[in-house]
Amino acid sequence: MDRTLLDLWVGIFVAIGIAALFVLALKVGNAGTTFKTGATYSVIAEFDNIGGLKVRAPVKSSGVVVGRVDDIQFDSKKFTARVTLNIDKRYAFPKDTSVSILTSGLLGEQYVGLEAGGDSDMLKDGDTVKLTQSAVVLERLIGQFLYNKAAEGGSK
Amino acid sequence: MPDHAAKGLRIVGHRVINGVWRLGYASRFFLFTLTRSATSFRRFRGLTFREIYFAGVLSLIIIIVSGLFVGMVLGLQGYETLQRYGSSEAVGTLVALSLTRELGPVVSALLFASRAGSAMTAEIGLMKATEQISAMEMMAVDPIARVIGPRFWGGVISMPLLAAMFSAMGVFGGYLIAVVVIGVDEGAFWSQMQSAVDFRHDIVNGVIKSVVFGVAITAIALFEGYDAPPTAEGVAGATTRTVVTSSLAILGLDFVLTAFMFKGI
Repeated sequence: MDRTLLDLWVGIFVAIGIAALFVLALKVGNAGTTFKTGATYSVIAEFDNIGGLKVRAPVKSSGVVVGRVDDIQFDSKKFTARVTLNIDKRYAFPKDTSVSILTSGLLGEQYVGLEAGGDSDMLKDGDTVKLTQSAVVLERLIGQFLYNKAAEGGSK
Repeated sequence: MPDHAAKGLRIVGHRVINGVWRLGYASRFFLFTLTRSATSFRRFRGLTFREIYFAGVLSLIIIIVSGLFVGMVLGLQGYETLQRYGSSEAVGTLVALSLTRELGPVVSALLFASRAGSAMTAEIGLMKATEQISAMEMMAVDPIARVIGPRFWGGVISMPLLAAMFSAMGVFGGYLIAVVVIGVDEGAFWSQMQSAVDFRHDIVNGVIKSVVFGVAITAIALFEGYDAPPTAEGVAGATTRTVVTSSLAILGLDFVLTAFMFKGI
């Protein structure tokens, strides 16, 4: 086989292979949206109950992804869950921002929602957020609903 | 009676000794391939390019076509099941995750073993049968450095690229069926896929798998060829053993790698 033709084919092959890898990384995967380390700051939030929140879940504010959940640990002194959030450096949030655990759709993935407050001081790296709202536990909600219904029935 | 028992035990012992001996021989062969691969890199364009052509470029058609069809089948089957639960948009996630994590590396490795691995075994077996390898040794050319090394590295380089093409074509096939033919919402298809597929966790692990499979397949194929009895029957048997052993090795290694990569997540 001709030398230059062989070189050409190998070149085409390698180019297609690398292009396929790039397509997988950028179009199929989330390499285009993951934040680089160093361009984020971390904030700690304490919750009574995190429900089904997982590491790498998105942190959203007004529906826009602004960061990811970095770490989840159990605080054995306060009996609460300590969730470390990595937030993109481009976005600053006031000190009295409230953090809640929300669910996308009825049975979808859980994510962390940030709602900005009115404070003029901004959150810094390593800060702890005071205002948190735990995940909604469906069983507890249903239990409460049934209990209220029963109480209504009893008072009549 | 004790004669028969002794004969049976002798057969078992003989088989075990043979097996261990072959395993040791194969390990030494693999080690020699690695330690003498300087030639394949020094003369990369002269020697290894040709092997990438034979192992990779000539496998392009089979990889692209089967990737496309596997993706299309996944799209159809996934849609069929997911629409019962009202989450047909998740078909993109299903197709992409199953391809990047498992099917891409594994199926392309199985195809590569039967398409390129068997060819390598037959070529080297015939070179040995026609005494080309002995002729090289006579001319003080190291056959492992000159013949085995470039083929090894050609296969190892080609395998991950082929697996990536397989996965990309599969995702495209799933897109064709789910979005173009069935009419799943295009935006939801891609965005759900992108939020579920993690670059480090899914794609890089898939690439690592395909590199490991590439090493296993080419090492097995080259050893079987080099070890083949120099007869027509011997080469035929060695080619069959290459396909069988490397397919089993791929599936076994896949389980071990998956157990390490995706434990408890």
